Amino acid sequence: MSKFKFAMYWAGSCGGCEIALLEIQAKIIEVDQNYDVVFWPAAADFKYKDVEGYDDGYIDVCLFNGCIRNSENEHLANLLRAKSKVLVAFGACATMGGIPGLANLSSAQEIKDLVYTQTPSVDNPDKVYPQERFTVPEGELDLPHMYDTVKTLEQTVDVDYFMPGCPPEAHQIAGVLDVVTAALKGEGELPPKGATIGVAPKSCCDECERVKDEKKIAGFRRIWEFFPDREKCLLEQGVICMGPATAAGCGARCTSVGMACRGCYGPPEGVVDQGAKMLSTLASIIDAPDPDEIARIAATVPDPVGTFYRFGLASSLLRRARV
Amino acid sequence: MAEEKIGVYICHCGTNIGGKVDVEEVTKWAATQPNVAVAREYKYMCSDPGQDLIKNDIKELGITRAVVAACSPTMHEPTFRKAASDGGLNPYLLQMANIREHCSWVTIDPVAATAKAKRILSAQIHRLPLNEPLEPIEVPVNHDVLVVGGGIAGIEAALKLSATGKHVTLVERNPSIGGHMAMFDKTFPTLDCAACILTPKMSALGKDPNITLMAYSEVEYVEGYVGNFTVKVRKKARYVNTDICTGCGACQEACVVRKVKSEFDQGLGFRSAIYIPFAQAVPLRATIDPAKCLTLSKGKCKQQTCVSACGPGAIDFEQKDEVVELDVGAIIMATGFELWDAAQETRYGYGRLDNVITSLEFERISNASGPTGGEIVCKNGEAPKSVVILHCVGSRDQNYQEFCSRVCCMYSLKFSHLIKEHLPETEVYELYIDMRCFGKNYEEFYRRLMDEGVNFVRGRAAEVTDVALSPDEEGRLVVKTEDTLLGIVRRIPADMVILSAGLSPAHDAKEVSQIFGFGCSANGFYLERHPKLEPVATVTDGIFIAGCCQYPKDIPDTVAQAGAAAAGVLGLVDNDTVKVEPTISYIDPEKCSGCHICVGLCPHNAIQYNEEKNAAEVIEAACKGCGVCVSACGSNVPQQRGYLDVQIFAEIEGALAV
Ligand SMILES: Cc1cc2nc3c(=O)[nH]c(=O)nc-3n(C[C@H](O)[C@H](O)[C@H](O)COP(=O)(O)OP(=O)(O)OC[C@H]3O[C@@H](n4cnc5c(N)ncnc54)[C@H](O)[C@@H]3O)c2cc1C
Ligand code: SF4
Ligand code: SF4
Ligand code: SF4
Repeated sequence: MSKFKFAMYWAGSCGGCEIALLEIQAKIIEVDQNYDVVFWPAAADFKYKDVEGYDDGYIDVCLFNGCIRNSENEHLANLLRAKSKVLVAFGACATMGGIPGLANLSSAQEIKDLVYTQTPSVDNPDKVYPQERFTVPEGELDLPHMYDTVKTLEQTVDVDYFMPGCPPEAHQIAGVLDVVTAALKGEGELPPKGATIGVAPKSCCDECERVKDEKKIAGFRRIWEFFPDREKCLLEQGVICMGPATAAGCGARCTSVGMACRGCYGPPEGVVDQGAKMLSTLASIIDAPDPDEIARIAATVPDPVGTFYRFGLASSLLRRARV
Repeated sequence: MAEEKIGVYICHCGTNIGGKVDVEEVTKWAATQPNVAVAREYKYMCSDPGQDLIKNDIKELGITRAVVAACSPTMHEPTFRKAASDGGLNPYLLQMANIREHCSWVTIDPVAATAKAKRILSAQIHRLPLNEPLEPIEVPVNHDVLVVGGGIAGIEAALKLSATGKHVTLVERNPSIGGHMAMFDKTFPTLDCAACILTPKMSALGKDPNITLMAYSEVEYVEGYVGNFTVKVRKKARYVNTDICTGCGACQEACVVRKVKSEFDQGLGFRSAIYIPFAQAVPLRATIDPAKCLTLSKGKCKQQTCVSACGPGAIDFEQKDEVVELDVGAIIMATGFELWDAAQETRYGYGRLDNVITSLEFERISNASGPTGGEIVCKNGEAPKSVVILHCVGSRDQNYQEFCSRVCCMYSLKFSHLIKEHLPETEVYELYIDMRCFGKNYEEFYRRLMDEGVNFVRGRAAEVTDVALSPDEEGRLVVKTEDTLLGIVRRIPADMVILSAGLSPAHDAKEVSQIFGFGCSANGFYLERHPKLEPVATVTDGIFIAGCCQYPKDIPDTVAQAGAAAAGVLGLVDNDTVKVEPTISYIDPEKCSGCHICVGLCPHNAIQYNEEKNAAEVIEAACKGCGVCVSACGSNVPQQRGYLDVQIFAEIEGALAV
């Protein structure tokens, strides 16, 4: 039997998703038994030209991680969409924009100004910026164009499945690969198109082992400011834990080691905007009668956008700040 | 989604809407909107012919959804939903678009108002296809009633309900019922003897077989919903077995601790550590004050004279608080008021200057059974030659309570009369801002007092001082005030100054309202459901309010409210079942993660945690559909019927589509 064709691509992201795939450990051998890798720049030497040469739909399954941050990401998104039967937005950046999505608080120029001229360690009196085009004796070189707005994969091309996580957990990846492989072999069904896969039905709190009680918060704290109780719900202790507004599926790994959930698995089913939802939740449990006290407590929220939209700004109702 | 046929009905509301919104234009536009089968306008949609338009279109055109663009849903949503239902359409398939309060009344430019009316209507047209038919929920009703507070309001309500055969439990915080009225000598404007009209009611209540009186008790916990409340009442230990105590009072005569300031006498008289607060107390039973009793506070009282004095042997130092659980179908709150703390207004010297007293203290001084035996005297035992009564102390004051306390003008007049009656030679001054004598025979009473020679000075006192500037002021109090009618500043020497302090919400009104799950107004009094049409109901179905806990009022109004609350309760507990609104929330246990966020937040105690399913649960009959849980849940698990996320998003899209 000929093997199925597998591709993985790394757009605007940190590379963690690529490593996460290897976290499935021995199972990677099964992948090798079932699939031929036809494109995976992080692991094997393929050129874009190779992909361009494939027939449309040649790739059976493509795990696309990373957000669409520049013209190269966009080109590959379009290319891989055309060449893949099943295109999976893999990881928080591809599904929601991820941490790079926070760049939507600034314009591309503002970011370049900061990086190339304003940071304390930069010495750049002539204000030299990287150029998109540069002529060398051998010919003309060009760099991808960086967009003002970070987009999700779905905001760029049609996507078959969404698999959140920063990065997706190994057991979920293994589970998803099993389902896809079985379906390709005709031994099972694919989930309905557009489904979020590799998650569990409820919110992260469901998998969190901490003891939960009614929540009343008189002030927010960060984890380094005190020794949190090991048994009690972190939110009850004033640590902003995104668990209530985050899909389960990760096994609540962060909260089990005393770190608050940061929301990388995205909103649970039925929630449109993760950050807004979490804000609404927190507003409901602030325990103070008078407006001044409430304002004082609210002001103790560290970095609101970065907290509530750490992964989801690009896919939120807000999308971005005005430039 | 099946193809829907929407009927749109746009009301002119006379010129209320029609005078600002171009109704004809909106109607023409509405006819072109998605799913709209018919769009009509009418002068008064709430009239019978207006309602018939909807009924006929349901029957003849087969419309499957309807929207009435008219006034606020709080005004006429029930009217039109009833019309829809009469026409054969599920009432929850009809929506209101508020183009009056939200549009014509608050928009100046007619063009803008017309555009806004379209947006408001468009929101409803977009959401209507997503509406689901809903059925009211029917729950059984417990016929028993709880009344909280045993002032005149609670007494009256309990007696009224008992007369209809209902069983009532009355919970009073103090050792005796009676409230403030029991402290008065006379009542304005008729000058009835307060005791003569109150004590018969108190004793009737004490003997009523349909009424269980739980005095010296407080409600600690309330759970449940209309028709089905479960209440926990703490019966505080009296250290006296009330089953055998006869109320003879021998113990209080015998007690070695005799100089405890009497609460009932406003600290002007004394009681013992074991006491009966006043002679007509109901229940007429002794209570030991554990903070003052030597046995209870210090562990030693050599003689324990009370024990030997008590014939039946009722004293029981081992007695413990007891928590009693009750099931009732409805509740009346009648927890009354507290006098505003006059010490806050330091310039009047209360607590610093002798003979500056509060109105309640004067009530006790003028009372024949009070600490002075009804003699109006100063601290030194002499009759005052001049008395000044300051109105509006703590009332109508931006620094304290902005509102008018409504009864102080009148009780001040009563005081003047009592002084003039006892001491005809004494000069009496009333310093007022406005005289508010609004009730039946009140203005006449005021006129009578003018004839009795009382000096009415229009002005708010600036200060009460004991610094004399003339021989006449030496050793006396002086009230400095502007006389705004004469346009001069006056110094009025006085031997007694009465502060007519305002009426305040009970110090714990807010906490108590939270125990019962309804709210307080901004001024701290219990919040009624509607200021005009539902003055004795609260937002929590089955809980009513009466008397001064709602707002300051006189005895006639208090009694009237008590009757109204009793009627409201009766209209409920006289039935076997009650229908509750189905626009409530529900929680899918398959989606709930059990995070507990919503559990403590429900203001109506409608959410409980099901340990077996590991999920929160909404008690249908208790849920008021407030939406708190919906917005609190991080996973959007609680969804409120009639206000589903999809419906609200559709409304937003509709509003933005125009
Ligand atoms: C100085 C003065 C003189 C007045 N003179 C007149 C007059 O002459 N004529 C007139 O018409 N009106 C007069 N009024 C007004 C009159 O006092 C009120 O209209 C009347 O007392 C209101 O009755 P109520 O039952 O609402 O409240 P209250 O009399 O305050 O009774 C409330 C009762 O509830 C109890 N209670 C409170 N909280 C709780 C709780 N949590 N649980 C259980 N029990 C509780 C209290 O102990 C009290 O027994 C006067 C008021 C004042 C201040
Ligand atoms: S009733 Fe009279 S004295 Fe009392 S607050 Fe109102 S105006 Fe002032
Ligand atoms: S909507 Fe939720 S919070 Fe509000 S009454 Fe119902 S259950 Fe309670
Ligand atoms: S807030 Fe939501 S997830 Fe949490 S217990 Fe309530 S319904 Fe369940």
